[in-house]
Amino acid sequence: MSPLPLHLLWLLLAPLALGLLAWASPPRHSGLVLLVVLPLPLMALWLLLGIEAGPMAGRLTLGPLTLHWRLDGLAALLGLLTQLLLLASALYAVGYARATILGRRAYAWLWPLLGGLGLGLGLIWIAADLLLLYVGLELMGLCAVGMMLLPGSAEALSAGLRYLLFALVGSLTWLLGIALLLGAWGRLDLAGLGAVAQPDPVTQIAVALLASGLLLKAAIVPLHSWLAPVHGSAWTPVSAIHGALVVKASFFILLLLWRLLLPEAIAGAWALGVLGSLAVLWGGVQACRAAGLKQLVAWSTIGQLGYLMLAFPLLAGTSAGVAAMAWQATWVQLAGHALAKAAMFMAAGNLLLSTGAQRLEGLTGTSRRLPLSLMTFGLAAVTIMGLPPSAGFTAKWLWLQASLAAGQWPWVLVLALGTLLSAAYVFRVLRCSFVEDVPEPVFRELPLAMELIALALALAAIGLGLAAAWPLAALAPAGLP
Amino acid sequence: MSAFLPLATLASSLLTAAVIFVLPEGAVRTRTVLNLAAALVKLVLVIWMARGLIAGEVYAVEFPVAEGLSFVLRVDALGLTFAGLSSLLWLFTTIYAIGYLEDSPNRRRFFGFFSLCVASTLGISLAGNLFTLLIFYELLTLSTYPLVAHRGTPQALAAATVYLRYTLSAGLVLMIGMVALQILAGDQRFGQYESLAALDPSHHGLLIGLFWVLILGFGVKAALVPLHGWLPRAMVAPAPVSALLHAVAVVKAGAFGIVRLVYDVYGIGFSAALGVLDGLVVIAAVTIVYGSVRALTQQELKPRLAFSTVSQVSYIVLGIGLFGPLGTIAALAHLLHQGLMKVTLFFCAGNYAEELGIHRIDELDGVGRRMPLSSLAFTVGALGMIGMPPLVGFITKWTLGMGAVQAEMPWVIAVLVASTLLNAAYFLPIVDRLWFRRGPAHGIGAWPAERAPSRLETSAWLLVPALVTALLSLLGGMLAGLPFSPLQWATRVANQNYLAP
Repeated sequence: MSPLPLHLLWLLLAPLALGLLAWASPPRHSGLVLLVVLPLPLMALWLLLGIEAGPMAGRLTLGPLTLHWRLDGLAALLGLLTQLLLLASALYAVGYARATILGRRAYAWLWPLLGGLGLGLGLIWIAADLLLLYVGLELMGLCAVGMMLLPGSAEALSAGLRYLLFALVGSLTWLLGIALLLGAWGRLDLAGLGAVAQPDPVTQIAVALLASGLLLKAAIVPLHSWLAPVHGSAWTPVSAIHGALVVKASFFILLLLWRLLLPEAIAGAWALGVLGSLAVLWGGVQACRAAGLKQLVAWSTIGQLGYLMLAFPLLAGTSAGVAAMAWQATWVQLAGHALAKAAMFMAAGNLLLSTGAQRLEGLTGTSRRLPLSLMTFGLAAVTIMGLPPSAGFTAKWLWLQASLAAGQWPWVLVLALGTLLSAAYVFRVLRCSFVEDVPEPVFRELPLAMELIALALALAAIGLGLAAAWPLAALAPAGLP
Repeated sequence: MSAFLPLATLASSLLTAAVIFVLPEGAVRTRTVLNLAAALVKLVLVIWMARGLIAGEVYAVEFPVAEGLSFVLRVDALGLTFAGLSSLLWLFTTIYAIGYLEDSPNRRRFFGFFSLCVASTLGISLAGNLFTLLIFYELLTLSTYPLVAHRGTPQALAAATVYLRYTLSAGLVLMIGMVALQILAGDQRFGQYESLAALDPSHHGLLIGLFWVLILGFGVKAALVPLHGWLPRAMVAPAPVSALLHAVAVVKAGAFGIVRLVYDVYGIGFSAALGVLDGLVVIAAVTIVYGSVRALTQQELKPRLAFSTVSQVSYIVLGIGLFGPLGTIAALAHLLHQGLMKVTLFFCAGNYAEELGIHRIDELDGVGRRMPLSSLAFTVGALGMIGMPPLVGFITKWTLGMGAVQAEMPWVIAVLVASTLLNAAYFLPIVDRLWFRRGPAHGIGAWPAERAPSRLETSAWLLVPALVTALLSLLGGMLAGLPFSPLQWATRVANQNYLAP
C-alpha cells in the first residue's frame, strides 16, 4: 500500500493544469497543442506497459479521509484511451475555433473544462472506493455540463440545463445509495465492502439506487431523453469526447459495483440486459428517423451503449469461458466505439461545417467535394455497424460466441437487429452523398488537420479490430474481478 | 514458410486503393498507370505463388485477434484457383473500366473502391479459416456498394439498397453460423475437417442445420434461387461493375464460399455422410432451370445476361453436390469457365450500349455489320454458354454429365439437357439478330444513340479486353488437355481433395 506514485499523479493532474494554462492564453496552433499534450498519452502508454509487473494499489490520506486507488490493466487501458481522445479532441478544437466563429471567452473556458473532464475520468478509472468514485463522477459530470453550455445559444442552454437537472438527480440517488451502504456495512472502500457486504435487501436497494443514478448518467433507455438534444447544439469537439467517454464512465462504474456487490443477482442482470436491448432497438429506430446528422449520431450512441449492457447477463452466473469472452467483448466494444464515435462526430461536424446543411439531404455532392471526411464517416460507421475489419466486428463476434455458448438466445437476436438497424441509418447518410443531380451547395474549406484527426481515430477503431489481442492481453487474467 | 507473398498480393491492391483515394480527381494518367501496374503486379504474384505451391512451398500468415480467434491467410490450390481467376479477369476489367469511364465524373471514388473490391476478393481466396473469410466477404459487400450506387440515379441507389439488404442480412446469418460452428468445434481452419467429423453423432443434427444456415449465407451472393433477387436489379450499374458482380468477384465469392464449406470445412466425405449434398443438387437444379426460364422472358440485354448468370453459377453448386471427383472437377473448372465467358458477354453488352446506345435485344438487328469484332466475341461467349464444343462451356457440361453418371443421378443429365436447350433458346435469337437480320447498318432505321464512327468499331480500351477473354474461352476449351488449362488445374485440386483424406 503506497501513496499515489508521482507519475500517476502527474498524469491525473496534468490535463487540468494544462487546461488552466490554456484558459489564460487559448491556443491558436494545433502544432503547439500536439507538442504539449503528446507526453500525456505517451505516459499512459508507459504505465500500461509497466502494468505487466502487476497491478498497483494504495491509499491516499487527506486529513480524516482515506481514499483508496488501484491501477490494473483495465484502468491503464482506459487511461490511455482517455488521453488519446483528449488529445484528439483538443487538436480538433483548435481547428474548430479557426473554422467557426466561437466566442473568445467561451473558447477560453473550453480548456479548463476539458482538463477537469480528464481529471474526473482519470479518477474514475483508478478509484477503489465509493467516495473517490463520487468525486470523479461529479467532476466529470459538471465539466461535461459546462462544456455543453459553451455555445451560449438558447437551444444549448435549455438542453444543457436539462442535462444538469438529470445529472443532479442521478447524483442524488447515487448519494442515497452510498449512504445506505455506509450505514449497513460501515465502509466505502471497494475491497473491504466486497469482503463484508452480503447480498441482502439493503445492499440490493442500495445497488438499485446507485444503478438508477448511473443509468441516468449513461443515457440508457428509458433514461436517455437528455442526450440527443444536448448533442444537437454542442460544439463538435465536445460532442466527440462526451459521446466517446463520458457516458461510458458511468457504465464502467456500474459494472464495477455490480460485479462487486451483486455478482449472483441473475434476475437483475437480465433486467439490465433487457434495458440494453431496448436501447439498441430504440436508439437504432430513432437514428433511422432522425432529421439531422448530429441527432443521428447521438441516437446511434444511445443504441451502441445498449450493447455494453449485455455484459451484465453474460457475466452473471455464467461459465468461466463465457464470462471471459463477454468481458473481452465489453472492453473491445467500449474502446472501439469510443474511437469510432469520436471520429464520427468529428467527420459529421466537418460535413455540417463545410456544407452548412442541417438535414441529411444537404449532404449531396460531398463525395466529390469532401471525400476525406465522408470516407472517415464511412470508416467509423464500419465499426459502428460491427462489420469487419473493425473493433465493433471483433466485439460482436465475441458477444455472439458468449451468448450462444451460454444459451442466452435473445441477445443473438438483439445483436442481429442492432446490426441491421445501424446499417440502415448509416447508409441513409452515405446514400445522400451519392446523389448527383442537384445544384451543388457552396462548400467551405476546412483545415486539413480537422479531417486528419478524425481519420486517424477511425483508422484506430478499424485497426483495434485486428490487433485486439494486444490490449486484451493487458486485461487478462486479473481482468475478471 | 513465407508470409511475404500473400501479404504482398493483398497489399498490391489495398495500397493501390489507398493511393487512388489520395490522388486528386484530375490525375487521370497517374491513376491509369497505377491501376494497370497494380493489376499486372498482382497477376505476376499470383502466378509466382502458384509455381511455388506446386514446388511444395508453404505460404501462410497468422496472428491472434482475440483468444481462440485468429487471422489466417494460407495459400492452397483451391484458393489459388479463385485468386488466379480474379486477378486475370481483373486486369481485363480494369482496362475495360478505364475506357468505359472516360470523361465521367467521380472516377477517383470508382477506382478506389474497385481496387478495394479486388483486395477483398483476394482476401477471400487466400483466407485460411472461416473468421478471415468472413472479414473479406463482408469487406467485399462494403466495397461493391459504392460501385453499384456509382451513377447516383434513383434507380442505382434503389438497386444498391436492395443489394445491401440482401448481402448484409446474409453476412449476419453467416456470422451466426460460423460462431456456432466455432463453439462446437473450435477455430475452423480450412482443410482440417476431422474436427467436425470427429464430433459425437448426437451433434449431427445440429451440424446439418448449421450447414444449411451457412449455405443460406453464401447462397445470397451465389444468387441461388430464391435468394437471387438483388442480381438482376443491380444491372443498373456501369458495365465494368456488372462484369465484376457476375464474373470476377461477387457471385463467385458466394460460389467459392460454398466450395470451401463443402470441401474444407465439412469435408466432401462427411458432407455426403450427413446427406446434405443431395439437397444442394436439388437447389442447384431448380436454380439452373428457373434462371434460364426467366432469362428467356427478358427483353433487355443486360437483364437476360443477369438471369443467365443465376443459372450458370449454379453449375458450380451442382458439381459440388455430385459426390465424386468428376463433379468436383466440373465445379472448379466452371468457376473459371463461367468467369471467362460471362465477362466477355458483359464487355460486349457494354460496347453495344456505349457505341450505339443499345439496351434492348430487338435493337440488335444487324449490329454484326457495324461492330463485327465485338459481335464475334459475343457470339463466342454465347455459344460457350450454350455448351458448343470446343468452347469452355462444353467442357463443363461434358464433365458435369459424366459426374452425374458417376454419381448415379441420371435425372441431372435431363436438367443439363433442358438447361442447354433453354440457353440456346435465349442466346441463339441474339446471335441471329446480330448477324442475319438487316438493321440500321443496312440502311433500315437508326441506332438509339450512335457515336461517330472511329477507326476501330469502338475504343480499343473496350474492344481488346472483350476479344482477349473471348479468345481465352476458346483456347481454354480447345487446349483443355494442356497442363495449366482450367480443367487440368481443377483436376489437380480435385485429386488433392479426394486422395488426401
